Order: sequence, then C-alpha cells, then structure tokens
Amino acid sequence: MERSTLDVWVGIFVVGGLVALLVLALKVGNAGDMLRAGPTYTLTATFENIGGLKPRAPVKSSGVTVGRVASIDYDPEAFVAVVTLRIDRRYARFPRDTFATIYTSGLLGEQYVGLAPGGDDRLLADGDRITKTQKAVVLEDLIGQFLTSRAGETPQK
Amino acid sequence: MSPVPPVPSLPPAPAARAAAHAEPLVAFRGVSFGYGRRMILEGLDLEVPRGQVVSIMGGSGCGKTTLLRLIGGAVKASSGSVRVAGQAVETLRRDDLYRLRRRMGMLFQFGALFTDLSVFDNVAFPMRERTDLPEPVIRDLVLLKLHAVGLRGAARLMPNELSGGMARRVALARAIALDPELIMYDEPFTGLDPISLAVISNLIRTLNVALGATSIVVTHDVRESMRILDYCYLMAEGRIVARGTPDEILASDQPYARQFFHGGIDGAVPFHYPGADYRTELGLAGHDR
Amino acid sequence: MIDRGLLTVRGAGRSTIDGVLRLGYATRFLWLTLTHSLTCLQRPRLVVREIYFSGVLSLVIVLVSGLFVGMVLALQGYQTLRTYGSESALGVLVALSLLRELGPVISALLFASRAGSAVTAEIGLMKATEQLRAMEMMAVDPVARVIAPRFWAGVLSLPVLSAMFTAIGIYGGYLIGVVLLGVDEGSFWSQMQNSVDFREDVVNGMIKSLVFGVAVAWIAVFEGYDAPPTAEGVSGATTRTVVTSALAILFLDYILTSLMFRGA
Repeated sequence: MERSTLDVWVGIFVVGGLVALLVLALKVGNAGDMLRAGPTYTLTATFENIGGLKPRAPVKSSGVTVGRVASIDYDPEAFVAVVTLRIDRRYARFPRDTFATIYTSGLLGEQYVGLAPGGDDRLLADGDRITKTQKAVVLEDLIGQFLTSRAGETPQK
Repeated sequence: MSPVPPVPSLPPAPAARAAAHAEPLVAFRGVSFGYGRRMILEGLDLEVPRGQVVSIMGGSGCGKTTLLRLIGGAVKASSGSVRVAGQAVETLRRDDLYRLRRRMGMLFQFGALFTDLSVFDNVAFPMRERTDLPEPVIRDLVLLKLHAVGLRGAARLMPNELSGGMARRVALARAIALDPELIMYDEPFTGLDPISLAVISNLIRTLNVALGATSIVVTHDVRESMRILDYCYLMAEGRIVARGTPDEILASDQPYARQFFHGGIDGAVPFHYPGADYRTELGLAGHDR
Repeated sequence: MIDRGLLTVRGAGRSTIDGVLRLGYATRFLWLTLTHSLTCLQRPRLVVREIYFSGVLSLVIVLVSGLFVGMVLALQGYQTLRTYGSESALGVLVALSLLRELGPVISALLFASRAGSAVTAEIGLMKATEQLRAMEMMAVDPVARVIAPRFWAGVLSLPVLSAMFTAIGIYGGYLIGVVLLGVDEGSFWSQMQNSVDFREDVVNGMIKSLVFGVAVAWIAVFEGYDAPPTAEGVSGATTRTVVTSALAILFLDYILTSLMFRGA
C-alpha cells in the first residue's frame, strides 16, 4: 500500500466522521438552534404547579418558539415554583400584563410555556417578573373537577 | 537462476588477534538464572574472546537460548555477572542498554523477519530506526548487506515469498545492518537443506572475518558447526559440562560429551523415559522366572 | 460427592483470583502503553497507518450494518407507533435509539469483532514468530513502535465509525419511514430536531463511543501481547478479545447510561 494512498483513505475516513458528526449535530439535533440563537434576556414567572415542565423546554408565543426555560427553582417561602425564562432579544416587546401558561403539546407531548400578550403599554424588561401566570393542567385535578361537577348534578336525576 | 557457486575454503581463525586482546568480549561469572525453584542456569562461567566464532551446544531445553537473552540484556541474571564489552549488562539503564545493543546483531531461529515489510525494508529497519542516515545512503548500505548474503536481487520480495534458507539469510543481513561487534545466532541450522546449511555456515565464518566481529552460535548441529568453530562449550541442565577447541572437545571423555558428539543412543542420557518396570506394566511379572 | 463440590468451588475461586491478577497485569500494561506513547506524537505516520487498517477497513461493515439497523428500527417502530396514532414520531424513535444506544454499542461490537480481533492476531503472531524480540534486540521499543500506535488508532477510529453508523442509520430510517411507509417527511425531521438535544444525546453518544474505543483497543492489544506464542495461543487470544470486548462494552454501556440519562 503506497504511503500516499493510505493517507488519502485515512483523510477521507476522518473527514467522513466529522461530516457525520456535523449532520447529527445540526440536522438531527438542535445544535443549530443553539448556534443561531443571538443575545437573550431573562424573565421570571411563578407557578403554583409546573406539571411536567423541564429545563430547556420551549417558550412559545402564538405557537412560535421565542426562547427556552433556563431553570426551575422552588421558593420555600411563597411555596411556588420559580421558572426562569431566557427569551431571544428579537422578541423583546412583551407587555407587562403578558400571561404565562404551561401547556402540553398534543395529548401526551412535552410541556412548554406559552406567552399570551396583554394590552399594557409598558413592556417587560430584562429581569422582570411575569405576574399573570396560570398553572399547568394536572390530570388528577381535572378528573377531580369532573367528578365533583357530576356529583353536583346527580340529585336532579 | 544462476548456478550455485562453489563453497570457498574457509579463512583461518584469527587466533593471534584473539590472544592480543586481554579482556574477552563476553564474560559470564557465576551466573545463575531461573524462576523460583526452577533454575535454568547454575553457576555458569563462560568466556568469548574477541574475533572468534564460539559455539554453545547442548540438547533442547538446556538453557542455551537463555544465555543469548542474558547477553542482550533481555533478562536479568538471578546472581553472578554478565559482562559485555567491559560493561555489566545487569547494571545498565535503558538508554545505555539500547546503546550496547546497537553493537550487537542477532539472528533468530526462523528469521523473525517483519512480515509486513519487504526484504529491503527489513534490512533497512535498524538503520532507519537507530541512525539519522539519509535514504540514499541507507539504500546503498542495504544493497551492500544483501549482496554480502547473496540476496541483492530479492530486495523487493516480501518475507512470505521467501524459502526458509533465504529468509534466514535476509535476517542475517538485517543482523549485520549496523556492523555489529558481536553477532549471535540462535539455532541457525535448524530445518535447512544441505545447500543452505553450507551457505549459512560459510556466511557465519566469512562475515566474522570481514566485519572483524565476534560470533556466538547456539546450536545442536555438531557436523555443520565444527567446521567453522574456534571454541566450543557443551551445556547440560544449566551447567557447562565440557569445553575446548573442536579437536579437544571431540576427544573429551566426559560421558555426556561422548554421547553428544559421537551420536550414542543410550549413555549418559538414557533412551527410556523413566517409568515403571516394563514387565510389570505388561502384566508379565512373576510369569517367568 | 462433596469432594467434587469442593473441587468446583476451589476451581471457581482460583479462576476469580486468576482473573483479578490478569486484570492487574492488564492495567499495568495499559499504563506501559500510555507512557510509551510519545513516539506516536513524534511519528504520527505510525498511527495513521493503523487507523487505516483498523478504521478505514471497518467502514464497509459499519456502514452496511448501520443502514440495516436504521431500516429495521423504522420498520418495527412504525407498527407500534401506529397503534397510538403517533407515526410522525418515527424520526424521534430512530434518532434517539441510534444516538444514545445502538450507534455507540453496535459499532463498538462490530469494531471489536473486525478490527480488535485482527490487532490481537497480528500482535500475537508477531510475538510467536519472535518479531517483537527481534525489535527489542535491535534496540527498538516494541511497545512504542507496535503496541501504542494500534491502541491510539482504536481509540480514535471508533468515535468516527460510531458517528457514521448513526448518521447512515438515521438515513436508513428515513428511507423506510418516509419513502416506503409514507410517514410525513416534514414531521419526521421536525419532530426529530425538536426532541434530539445536542448535549444530551449527540455528545453523550460520542462520549460513550470514546469510552468503548479505549476499552476495545486496550483489550485487543493486551490479549495480543499476552497470547501464548503458539497457534492455539493466538487463536484463543482472538476469541477472548471478541468476547471480553463484548462484555466490557455492554457493561460500560449500562454504567454510562445510568450516569448520563437520568430521568431524561
């Protein structure tokens, strides 16, 4: 085996591996998002119940991903969950009375934070807290509500 | 295919030169070597004067190959000292040992050629690894060495295309690649046809003279080696039982030496492996009185 | 009867002790290989040559197997996902299975069988024909010249092969899922992109294959170097390389998975 031919093949081998890795990272994974992401600013929101929300879950407004959940902490004094959101600076125009709700994508999908803007003229700045939040829909509560409302109906029957 | 050239008469032993040098090239003093209770060598005393072809003979498993490994520093003696070129091998650190090895060449039993390199690259290997010589110089040197063993035309072949005798000659060319002072041969005559035998023994002698080197031949081939030796040691069970020039040792009356050199079937080394009485084993004991 | 039982117990005990001794010896050998690796940096050509023989020559088996594994995943996964109406998640299934588990593990197993056993046989044969001893007598360190390059070639080749296995596997999944079975192309890729995280999945998969690479390379060179210098010795050593590598890969996979993918 000529030394140069050997080198060519090894070179092709290594390049092929790098290409595969790039394909995996960008097309298959979400490294592309990480790279394309520009500067961000931070907002916090408190929830009674975050349900199945996880860090790095998307933050969407009108169904479009505008940011990610950075971290989730527990406030032991107010007994609520404090969720830190990292929003792309391009979408820095959320009014003060924006609603933050935890939704589930699809029936069994992962959970995300949905932002619905209100009508306030004043905008949320870096580090501000979203005051209007709605907790995640928890299946057991829903069943409980349903049973209670059914129980309320029964005497009429 | 060129006709086989006639074997030239062998040059005389440089006995005068040997006497001039006081210190032998290789000296063993009280060397013992073994693993745990199993002693391979015991209290060995041995000398190899410069410029001579010395052979170490003995049956299989008597420790001959271990001697070569001790000289090369591949193993350490349990006791005693091995001196090569005035240096005690067991005290050398790695770099000094490697420098000493550069002055030795070894021909292994079946050649031990690197199977993934051509004949040319095999002989060039020690030069490329241990010297900074430029490629054109190496090329000339390799061809020189191959010519000395008669295989210059085979330079482009791969080891698996060589016959046993040719492979061994290439290995010899590789062993002398760096013009060593000491050349060691581990069973160089094993498994060769008569022509190759003559070629190899001739080479051992002529190269020794041509390079002004010293040769140690470990073998149990009596007939072939006696023609080229200056001195001979006979080993049995880790000790030296007889020593001398070829004439002296052939005339020795030590029982093992007699049986070894004169081909006795039964003598100091019995024919039968120790076991129970023959008649008893066949169930014939007591049947005839 | 009790004697036989005791004999078995004693035999098992001795085997275990021998195993531990061997592991100790193998670790010392690994240390020897690592400390003699300077030559690999000074003469990278040695490593490049071994990457060719270990890595490049394993490409065919790795790529073909990757393609088929991806295709089978898509075939099997489609049926199950269909019962939940979630066929569009097929891309996620194929990608995550390959990235996290099947890619690193299967490519490591294939590498051990093809390249690992070849390296063991090569080194064992060099030992049996006294080539390593000849090198030593020529004052060339066989560990630095023969062992270390093959070790590092294994460590470097496996992650490359693993990445290619996974990539072509996903493509195979796409072929079956989208082209053959009719899963929507857009959902296939978009759901995959949403669910596959670079750090969690891609990087962890690469870390796994690097760890496997070290394990397989170590086992291959050690078994070769330690093989008895006979024909049966070398053949036994190559078998041992494949078996020990397989066990090591699966064991390490469990350890790494439990460390990396905690409740993700």
